[in-house]
Amino acid sequence: MTEKLEVVLRVNGETRSIRVEPRRTLADALREDCGLTGTHLGCEHGVCGACTILCDGHPVRSCLMFAVQAEGAELRTVEGLAEGDKLHPIQQAFWDNHGLQCGFCTPGFLMLATAILERDPEIGEAELRIALSSNLCRCTGYQNIIKSVMAAAVMMRENPHPNPPPPAGEG
Amino acid sequence: MGEIGRSARRLEDPPLLRGAGRYAADFSFPGMLCMRVVRSPVAFGRLLGVRTEAARADPGCLALWTAADVADIPPINFRLTPVPGLEPYRQRILAEGHVRYAGEPVAVVFAADPYAAEDIADRVVPEIEPSTPYLDPREPGPEAAIVRKDYGDLAAAFANAHAVVSLELAVGRHSGVPLETRGAVALLEEGSGILRLHGAAKVPHYNREALARMLGLSLDRIHLHEGHVGGGFGVRGELYPEDVLVSLAALRLERPVKWIEDRFEHLMATNHSRGQFHRVRAAVDERGIILGLDDEFWLDQGAYVRTHGVTVADLTAAMLPGPYRVPAYRSVGHVRLTNKTPCGTYRAPGRFEGSFVRERLVDAIAARLGLDPLAVRRANFIPRAAMPFRREFSTLGTELVYDSGDYAGLLDKCLARIGWEKLKAEAARRRERGELVGLGLGFFVEKSGLGPYDDVRIALQSDGVVEVVTGAASVGQGVETALAQICADRLGVGLDHIRVVHGQTDRIARGMGAFASRVTVMTGSAVALAAETLHGRILAEAGRLLQTPPERLSLEADRVAMRDLPEGPSLALAALAHAAAGEIAAEATFTTDRMTFPYGLHLAQVRIDRDTCAVAVERFFVGYDVGRAVNPMLVEGQIAGGLAQGVGAALFEEFAYDESGQPMSVTFADYLLPTMAEIPAIEVAILEEAPSPLNPLGVKGAGEAGINAVGAAIAAAIDDAIGRPGAVRQLPITPQRLHARLGEPRD
Repeated sequence: MTEKLEVVLRVNGETRSIRVEPRRTLADALREDCGLTGTHLGCEHGVCGACTILCDGHPVRSCLMFAVQAEGAELRTVEGLAEGDKLHPIQQAFWDNHGLQCGFCTPGFLMLATAILERDPEIGEAELRIALSSNLCRCTGYQNIIKSVMAAAVMMRENPHPNPPPPAGEG
Repeated sequence: MGEIGRSARRLEDPPLLRGAGRYAADFSFPGMLCMRVVRSPVAFGRLLGVRTEAARADPGCLALWTAADVADIPPINFRLTPVPGLEPYRQRILAEGHVRYAGEPVAVVFAADPYAAEDIADRVVPEIEPSTPYLDPREPGPEAAIVRKDYGDLAAAFANAHAVVSLELAVGRHSGVPLETRGAVALLEEGSGILRLHGAAKVPHYNREALARMLGLSLDRIHLHEGHVGGGFGVRGELYPEDVLVSLAALRLERPVKWIEDRFEHLMATNHSRGQFHRVRAAVDERGIILGLDDEFWLDQGAYVRTHGVTVADLTAAMLPGPYRVPAYRSVGHVRLTNKTPCGTYRAPGRFEGSFVRERLVDAIAARLGLDPLAVRRANFIPRAAMPFRREFSTLGTELVYDSGDYAGLLDKCLARIGWEKLKAEAARRRERGELVGLGLGFFVEKSGLGPYDDVRIALQSDGVVEVVTGAASVGQGVETALAQICADRLGVGLDHIRVVHGQTDRIARGMGAFASRVTVMTGSAVALAAETLHGRILAEAGRLLQTPPERLSLEADRVAMRDLPEGPSLALAALAHAAAGEIAAEATFTTDRMTFPYGLHLAQVRIDRDTCAVAVERFFVGYDVGRAVNPMLVEGQIAGGLAQGVGAALFEEFAYDESGQPMSVTFADYLLPTMAEIPAIEVAILEEAPSPLNPLGVKGAGEAGINAVGAAIAAAIDDAIGRPGAVRQLPITPQRLHARLGEPRD
């Protein structure tokens, strides 16, 4: 169980080679082995969604995947959203609309919203509420999260590729 | 100027949005060990021993402690509301002799990484001879304390009553459950020998002193540091056994030590709350005016009395009468020990419970006398002219004097704003069509701004930034922004030139932290006072340098300019700091022996599914008088967040136990937090009709307004939907419970 394997991860367009136990979760590998602590762990049993990242464009619970399962996939985390000083429209909308308080669930919501809006920028509020109900927030009562994502959708319809996802392929 | 009252974007947000927050789990140090707690698997029993050979045989096991190893460490003391006789019920950091709840720490192991530590902990076997647990606080059992508050001639009130209305009500066991679990990282600094504890929250200064005492350290050898905190709600940041164990381990093992709670642990180890049974009766006259109110309650304290002492019982008894005159009153609270996770405070402690009881009672009075529930409330309200209004007892060491308020005025404004009559008519129409739709409301008085003091030091830094050093704490509620706005308002500099420091015991000698909705009132007032002094000093120093009388100067965003010559010579704050004869700084202390009392109204509209008995909240309105809103957007955010927690408490969240005392709610599949699907769009009206006369800003707290009367309002709405006044007697109102009630014959 404790024998370590070499795993090559593609995270935010960069290649990272790490040595981890087969049982190491992807979330732990990102946080502890890649130093990307923006991905948070709120329950480690797949309910809260704080650890949501994008795996080949799909929102996944990184606490429910092993690092070894992510080899070969394009992973995106909250650290990859902004381009330098320029926040991603979803980040900007969360700031403008007070879409966060303690900020612990925020990276998960940002990544979930990214996946939703990249898939369907025209998504309506009712459908959006259902999609966003897969993550938990304990501070905001969700009012300003839905408001933020709706505002971001407007911005992203006007500018579909604000901060383009990193190119897939060799790195 | 003019920063107070503006919905400014938060200063806190950019790092949090970028994933650059620093929460407890994000702190790591070279050579760090990870701690894992071995917890009791049973609720109650004699601890015969702990078998550790198998665990110690693991080469990864770097240390392992049981009670014998920490016998020199005293139990954790009370931070608030101690009463004589409570001491025997304090918790030791590792169980000794007996285990008293499932989840109680029995041993700790230390290893190089958390996976290894968990493996090793699995091999530690507590040997326990189980006993029958105490689970129901209404049954005769160990009682830690009785809290009593009373005034007036209760016997006469009941003797003269037109009617007596009695109720038995229950509020379930639930709690704050922040999204970030607890965590602590301690390291002994080489050279200085200072022990630093990261992951502190809420009350770092108090905990520093408590830890120093427990560990036998002088105060200058320990500092606590608050990073980002993933939600507080009363439970996070109190001193728990694990904080002490981590600190002790860093001292003894001379390596950094980290402990991060997992969710399974959190739900059985971090403070629970609520869990009350009330028997209440009111003596009333023909108009529904309450002549006397007599309440007795039983609080399911759990296995130990933790840092809050009897705070929850005290506040329950003190705040239960709420906005009503109540000329004679008695409340007797039994703090009963049970073999469950210990309880502490959770957002609006004692008020969520008390508002449920009081507003249920007022609705029952109206139903009994055939009166309009709103008319009964109006008849009982403390009138505006009676402010300040004193109740003849104290709570949290302060006299209970409502500072300002216009309860009837707020009710009228809110009903007009939401179109109450129209809503009622529409709900009635929908009921005629067969839907189970209802409306309910709860009126409440909150409390905020607990003293006794707060210190602030503001200094102009060499880069032109104004640094505000406080003894406050931030658990994610926007403290930095609110305090910066107050500072900017008084000083005239821009928000982006202000930096707020909180939660660092090495930056300011004392501090009260963040609880009891106190920061904006207490720390905010100290900031206002210090900023006014600093304003004068900045202009004086700039006047000296510019050879201009200070009264001809003003502060504009990032520079000092001539009042009547805006285009004339000016001095940037950075240049001023550089050229000044010494540091330009000001200090202030704000003290008070009173609390402020904001108030408000909750209104819920619910729909019940006939087949499943599931309750959907269709609409929720909150009207709240906060005295003065420093940042209305943040006030609304506080209210919305509390409200969602209230919906959870009213409908979903409950720590259930089986008959052997096993906790049944130890994952998010069992303990149900509301999601976006359960929380409707919320309407909030912030009023500023009754500013507090007790502080220079007129502010009152906003943190607990959202949750206070949610249980009361939803219960009333469910009664209305099913046409059975008084049907709801227990929270949470789960589908099973509602189904059972619907199956019972009508009262």
